[in-house]
Amino acid sequence: MTNTEVIIQQLIIGLSNGMIIALIALGYTMVYGIIELINFAHGDLFMLGTFLALTILGVLGIDQLPEPAMISWSVLPLFIAVPLFCAGLNWSVDRLAYRPLRSAPRLAPLVSAIGVSFVFVNIGLFWGGVPMDVFSGGVAAAAPKDFPALVSTDNLLGEDSNIFVTWNEVLVFGMTLPMMIALSLLVKFTRLGKAMRAVAQNQMAARLMGVDVDRVIGATFLIGGALAGIASVVYASYNQTIYFQMGFRVGMDAFTAAVLGGIGSLPGAVLGGILIGVVRAASDQYIATEWTNVVVFTILIVVLTFRPSGLLGAHVREKV
Amino acid sequence: MLGGIRRGLVVNAVWVLFAVAAVIPFLDMLVPQEYRIAGLMRPIFIFAILGLGLNIVTGYTGLLNLGIAAFMAIGAYSYAILTCEIYPFRLGFTAALAITIGIGAMAGVVLGLPTIRLRGDYLAIVTLGFGEMVQDSLKNLDNITQGTQGINPLPAPAVFGHTLGMQTILPSYYFFLALVGIVVVFSRNLEHSRVGRSWISIREDEIAATCMGINPVKVKLLAFAMGAALASMSGGLWAAYLGSTGEPGNYDFQISIIALCIVIIGGMGNIGGVLLGAFVMIGFNSILLVKLTTLLQQKGWMNTQNVLTVPGNWKYMIFGLALILAMRFKPEGLLPSRQLKAELHEAADERRSKQGKVRVP
Repeated sequence: MTNTEVIIQQLIIGLSNGMIIALIALGYTMVYGIIELINFAHGDLFMLGTFLALTILGVLGIDQLPEPAMISWSVLPLFIAVPLFCAGLNWSVDRLAYRPLRSAPRLAPLVSAIGVSFVFVNIGLFWGGVPMDVFSGGVAAAAPKDFPALVSTDNLLGEDSNIFVTWNEVLVFGMTLPMMIALSLLVKFTRLGKAMRAVAQNQMAARLMGVDVDRVIGATFLIGGALAGIASVVYASYNQTIYFQMGFRVGMDAFTAAVLGGIGSLPGAVLGGILIGVVRAASDQYIATEWTNVVVFTILIVVLTFRPSGLLGAHVREKV
Repeated sequence: MLGGIRRGLVVNAVWVLFAVAAVIPFLDMLVPQEYRIAGLMRPIFIFAILGLGLNIVTGYTGLLNLGIAAFMAIGAYSYAILTCEIYPFRLGFTAALAITIGIGAMAGVVLGLPTIRLRGDYLAIVTLGFGEMVQDSLKNLDNITQGTQGINPLPAPAVFGHTLGMQTILPSYYFFLALVGIVVVFSRNLEHSRVGRSWISIREDEIAATCMGINPVKVKLLAFAMGAALASMSGGLWAAYLGSTGEPGNYDFQISIIALCIVIIGGMGNIGGVLLGAFVMIGFNSILLVKLTTLLQQKGWMNTQNVLTVPGNWKYMIFGLALILAMRFKPEGLLPSRQLKAELHEAADERRSKQGKVRVP
């Protein structure tokens, strides 16, 4: 492999992972934009999404690459059921754990979100274990689980190409890019989007203008959850290992991406996600895998030192 | 009048907790071996010190720090490197602990300097990231930190010429309890000093505090340094208690969250609350769960093949639900500081009126 080929390959990997991170980061950033809550449970919601996907595959009896090997239609239910599940779960969590705290001090919903995240992690542990056991045999509840590649892993560029592009990358780009575009259009042009922006700006004024604030916030959680659901299927198919604690890892990356881009800004989240993905890939290749986290957070701290509200974040002046 | 009585109660809570802790070893002697808890109580004291450290940063100053475990790790490793015989220093317990505290304070400043201007949530993510960075660094710098093995064995601490073996429970029990007492007195003096009042005023309203001539950068840095110093001390004690640093993964996000739970569930900004929080959280985690597991094993009710029957597996479910319920029903914690409680309600009313909701009296 020549140097250029290595760079291109790492770029492809970085972009693909970055896209997935961006998709999760959008869920963080939307919730933050609207109610200024860092939804800690978002990463673990994503983890539960991957577990549901694995369970569905188990029920369907798919534990390896389905034939025909390109894109199997039997995985279509995943892209319907998992986002629906995550959206519903996210909405319920908002309803039960965050909505009662809307008028409480800022720290309260954040701590509540950490609590929800812990509950999710524990559900993940049980899910991988006896009661809803899928593949693990029940004993190794905490052990990582293999996730089948949903699409063919043949190289699209031909057998003798050094650069690997598979249907997995196509799946990542094909699922995430339209989602991001659709989301920006939704926020920009629809009535709901307008209401979201209004609530984000000033809840009371929005309420006076006849916006049902709780409903708009609920819708935000629904959309954020659905994005996490799609991301979880794509991620699992792309990385092919899932474990009950990965919500923290992946959530951290997404969260860092959201903050890096300027939390609350949709393009910022995408930019941040892609940046983190590429930096990770580059660091894995050129520094060392075990130092990658350190590299990512060093970049975060450096960026925040010079731009305290992130790359694309608006500078918010504090009101007296 | 009522306020005075309540304040009296809160102050007394500290001494009540100390009195309870002091008699537990004696009560212990009355019950059979398998119900004794004094041996398991030392982590409570160590985590109480960690909680008091976080209390300075988050409780008094209002800076949400999600990476306090990093300072505990720094403390544990500093202490280990200073005392372990495979390193050239080989200091005694007192000197090593003093230096460990100093190193912790410096680490606090190092994290504080670049991040001090960040707003709440941004600070939260940076501290969280810092925690991960420290853990990864300890894991990867194996020629200094022994990698994932951790540093061991550490010599038993010797205080004024007396060796405190951790197998004989009572001396180390009272020694750790006494250290908690010292930290409590230190913490209280800080709280009521000029510095402590500046911390609280920064928490309340940074802009107003700045207008009154308080330098927020300096004051916040000092809070970071003090919090980190105490966290580092708890780390050093932890290493001394275990006789090893354990692996770096032991100082992960969960520890930071447990420390946060101690402060928040106990009562933010209130020393008695933090002590009670440590008692409840660590008591649950390393006493109740442990005893329950042994009990279930003896009765033969625990099936290791089934994750649901192992009490330890329910830990995060219970922590999580406790946090959610605490925020819902008792956001000011079990033992609230009077001041903070009033402010919490005031802030809530303010937000409510901003949102157009009117509170019906």
